[in-house]
Amino acid sequence: MNAPIPRRDIASSTSAPLLSVDNISLAFGGVKAITDVSFDIRKGEIRAIIGPNGAGKTSMLNCINGFYHPQAGSITYKGNKRERMRPHVAAAQGIARTFQNVALFKGMSTLDNILTGRSLKVRRGLLWQAIWFGPALAEQIENRIAVERIIDFLEIESIRKIPVGKLSYGLQKRVELGRALAMEPDLLLLDEPMAGMNTEEKEDMCRFILDANRRLGTTIALIEHDMGVVMDLSDRVVVLEYGRKIADGTPAEVKRNEKVIAAYLGVPH
Amino acid sequence: MTILNSPSVDTVPKLLLRNAVRFADRPAMREKQFGIWREWAWKEVLVEVRSLAIGLALMGAAKGDKIAILGANRPRLYWAMAAAQSIGCVPVPLYQDSVAEEIAYVLDHAEARIIICEDQEQVDKVLSMQGRLPRLTHIIYDDPRGLEDYHLDHVLAFDVLQSTGRTAVDAPGTIEQWLAGVEAGTDDALAVILYTSGTTGRPKGVMLSFRNVLVSAEHGNAFDRITETDNVIAYLPMAWAGDHIFSYAQSHLAGFCVNIPENRETILENRREISPTYFFSPPRVFEDFLTHVMVRMDDAGWFKRWLFRVFMAHAHKVGEPILDGKPVGVVDRLLYRLGSFFIYGPLKSQMGLSRLRAGYTAGEAIGPEIFRFYRSLGLNLKQLYGQTEACVYIALQSDGEVHSDTVGRAAPHMQIRIADDGEVLYRGAGVFVGYFKDERSTASAIIDDGWVRSGDAGFFDSSEQLKILDRIKDVGALADGKLFPPKYIENKLKFFSHVKEVVCFGNGHPFATAMINIDLVAVSSWAERNNISYSSYQELTAHPRVIELIAGHVATVNRQIANEPNVGHAQIRRFVILFKELDADDGELTRTHKVRRNIIVDRYAPVICALYDGSREIDMSVAVTFEDGRQGVLKGRMQIQNAETFGVAASRVFEHAA
Repeated sequence: MNAPIPRRDIASSTSAPLLSVDNISLAFGGVKAITDVSFDIRKGEIRAIIGPNGAGKTSMLNCINGFYHPQAGSITYKGNKRERMRPHVAAAQGIARTFQNVALFKGMSTLDNILTGRSLKVRRGLLWQAIWFGPALAEQIENRIAVERIIDFLEIESIRKIPVGKLSYGLQKRVELGRALAMEPDLLLLDEPMAGMNTEEKEDMCRFILDANRRLGTTIALIEHDMGVVMDLSDRVVVLEYGRKIADGTPAEVKRNEKVIAAYLGVPH
Repeated sequence: MTILNSPSVDTVPKLLLRNAVRFADRPAMREKQFGIWREWAWKEVLVEVRSLAIGLALMGAAKGDKIAILGANRPRLYWAMAAAQSIGCVPVPLYQDSVAEEIAYVLDHAEARIIICEDQEQVDKVLSMQGRLPRLTHIIYDDPRGLEDYHLDHVLAFDVLQSTGRTAVDAPGTIEQWLAGVEAGTDDALAVILYTSGTTGRPKGVMLSFRNVLVSAEHGNAFDRITETDNVIAYLPMAWAGDHIFSYAQSHLAGFCVNIPENRETILENRREISPTYFFSPPRVFEDFLTHVMVRMDDAGWFKRWLFRVFMAHAHKVGEPILDGKPVGVVDRLLYRLGSFFIYGPLKSQMGLSRLRAGYTAGEAIGPEIFRFYRSLGLNLKQLYGQTEACVYIALQSDGEVHSDTVGRAAPHMQIRIADDGEVLYRGAGVFVGYFKDERSTASAIIDDGWVRSGDAGFFDSSEQLKILDRIKDVGALADGKLFPPKYIENKLKFFSHVKEVVCFGNGHPFATAMINIDLVAVSSWAERNNISYSSYQELTAHPRVIELIAGHVATVNRQIANEPNVGHAQIRRFVILFKELDADDGELTRTHKVRRNIIVDRYAPVICALYDGSREIDMSVAVTFEDGRQGVLKGRMQIQNAETFGVAASRVFEHAA
C-alpha cells in the first residue's frame, strides 16, 4: 500500500543533547579500542553508530552504559559529567539496552522476562514484598499494567506465557526490546537489533523502533549493519573505523563521505 | 415466534433497548485486552451504541446511507453495526483480509458514505483506493496506533466521534429523538447487506431485512434452547453471514455474551479461557486441531500414545451412541468415564470446548472421520446447511439425529424441495430481499413462488435427511459420460492430515486427476521425525519421500472409491503436488477458503495440460500477491505422478512415463 507515512519531526536539530561523549579513549592493555572519539546524542533522535567489524561500536555502547570505563575523556549525561559509573547506576538514570546476542532468561516466560525490566521501578522493600497484600500488591499491578502495555505495543500477546527459549530468534529479539522498554528509559541503546532476522522480522522491528521513538518519545542509539535500515531509521549517523570517528552527520551526508565509502568498500592501493 | 409477534421488538436496535432493561447487568460482551477480560453489560452497551449513533447522525449520516465496517471482530465494530441500524443506516461489513482492490469494489458498489475501520492497516487500504471512491466522505478508525500523524480531515477517531455523540446527549431532546428513530424502525427495513465471498465472479450484495435476520436467529436459538446464560466466541469474519447471525442477531435475541479474543493468534488460548457453550466453525478449524493433536501425539512417549490409542478406539465404539442417548452397556460406560478422565476431558479442555452444548460445522463438508473423532469425544457437534441468501439456516441436524454425511432436516421456518435437475431449492421467512443493485441475479436466484435456487446438488436420503453432493455446476462427467463428483473425491483426500487442499479435474477428460497442496504443519513435523531436511515449502513439496507419502494417500483413496459402484471409475490416475499454497490473496480461494475452480483452471492451465498429456514434470511460474498487496512471481518445477489404481480402473495410464 502506498498510503502516506508521515516522517516524524520530533528530533529537531535544535534540541539539547541528552548525552555527549567528549574525547573518549579506551584501551585494553595495548589494544586501543576507542581513540579520542566525541559525539552527542540529542533528545528525541535516533542516532546510529556504524562502522566495519572491530571498529569499537559495542565498546562505545559499553562506555555509555558504564560497563567499561574509558581511560581518557568524559561522558556527560543529562547535564551531569560523570567519571566512573556502574551499569546499575546507568540503568537507574534511565539508560536501557539490548545485546548483540540475546540475553534473556530462557526458562522464563515472555511476561516474566519483561517484568524483570520493571525491577528498578519496585520501591517497596523485602518486608512489604513478603506481606504482599497492600502496597506491594498495588505496585505489582501497576507494573503488570506497564508490561501489558508493552506486550500490546510489540504485538506479542500470543507468546505472553511461552518460555522465551522456545521462541524464534526474531521474537526473542522483540522480547528483549520489550524488556528494555519496560524500564521506560530516556536513552535506549540497541546493539544490532536486526542481526540474523529475515526481511519481514526486520520490517517489524523497524516499525517498533520508530514507534518507540515517536510514540514513547524514547531517544535511541543503535548499532546496525544493515545500511538500508540505518539510512531509513536514523536522524544522524556517526561512523567509527579502528576506534576513530571518521564521519558524523545526517544519513545523506554520511553516504556521500569519501572516508566512509573507503572504509566500507576499501580503496585501491 | 413470540418476539416477532409483538411489534415492539422487531429490529435489532429495539432488542438492544429491551436487553438494556431486561438483562441490564448481565454481560453482553467481553474482550481480552492487556491480558484481562474486559466486560460490558447490556446497559453499558446501550450507552456506547447511543453515543456512537448520535455522533454518526451529527456527522451527517442519514437514513438509508450505507456504512461499511472493516476489521476483525471488535466490540466497537459490533456496536457500530447497531448504531448504524438505530439511525436507519445499513451496515455493510467487509472481509478484513480482503486486498484494497476488493474493498474498493464493494465500497463502490454498496455506495458507502462512511467506513469504520479497525486500524491503520485497514485505513491505509481505503486511503490507497480513495481516488475511486468519490462517495466516501468519512473514514473512522478504532485503534489509533500509527494514525496519529495522518492529519487528514476526513479520517477521524472512533473516540472523537463517540465523544461528540456523548456531549450531544446532554442537550435536551437528543435522546428522545434517537429513541423515536429506533421505535420508528420496522421489520421490513433493510438490516444489513452482506457481500458473498463469490466462488464465481464479483461478490454480490445480499440484502437482508430485520425480519429475515431475526426469524432465522429466533429459530436458531429455539432449536438448541439458547438462553442468556450461553457464551460464544466471536472469531469468524464479521462479513460472514454466520457471524452476523450467531454473534450479533442471536446474541441480541437471547441476551448471551459474545466474547472477543485478544487477537488472531490467541484464539485457541482465549477459547480455553472462555470455554464457549455454543460454537460455530468451518470444518477447517476442526481439521487443523485434529492435525495438531495427531502431530503432538506422534511426539509423545509410548505410554501416552498407548493410552490415546486404547481410549480413542473405545470412544470410536461407544462415544457416539452415548452422546445420542442410545443404550450402552455398563462396562462400556465405565470405561468411557475412565477415558474421559484420561483422554477425552483433557482433549476437550485443550480445545476450549469443555462446556460445549451445541457446536456446528458449516460452510464445507467435513470429513466423516474428523466428524466422528469429535463426536466420539462427547462433543455435541452437528452439521448445518446454510447460505447467506437464507440468513444461514436452511437445514440442520437435531440432537440424536446426527450423521456425518447429511446436513439434517429443513429448519423449522424453511421448506426444501429438490428440483428436477437435482438442485436444492428452499423458501421461508429467512429468504433474502434480493441482491443489491443486481436485478438480474436476483431474478435468476429467486424463482417462482419464492423458491430460491441454492446452486447445490443434493437429495433426501432414506431417513429423510438432506444430503449435499457438490455445487451443481461442478458435478460433471468424464469423457465417457460417467459421473464425476470432484468434491466427493477431494474431501476423501483432505481427510489425511498431510493434505491441506485438493483440486480434482476430470470433467470432459478421459480420467480424473488431482492437484494437491500439502499441509505444512503436518508434513514438516512428519519430515522432522523422518530425518528429512528441507529449506522451504517449495523444496518440501518436491521431496521424493513427501511425494511417496502423498502417493500412498492417493492410493488409499482410490482403493476406497474402487469399492463404491457409482464412482469407482473416477479414481485419481495422475496427480501433482503444487509448489505453492492456494491462497485467497491470489484469488484461488474465496475469503472463506473455498476453492475457486474456474480461476484455478485458468491459472494452472499448463499443469492441467501436463496431467493429461503424459509429461513427467512441468516448469511453471505463477504470479503471487503478498500480504501487503505487492506482486511477485514464483517459479518452480513440479513432478507429475502416476497413482496406483484399483479394481475396474486398474489399468495404468501412460506406462511409458512411469
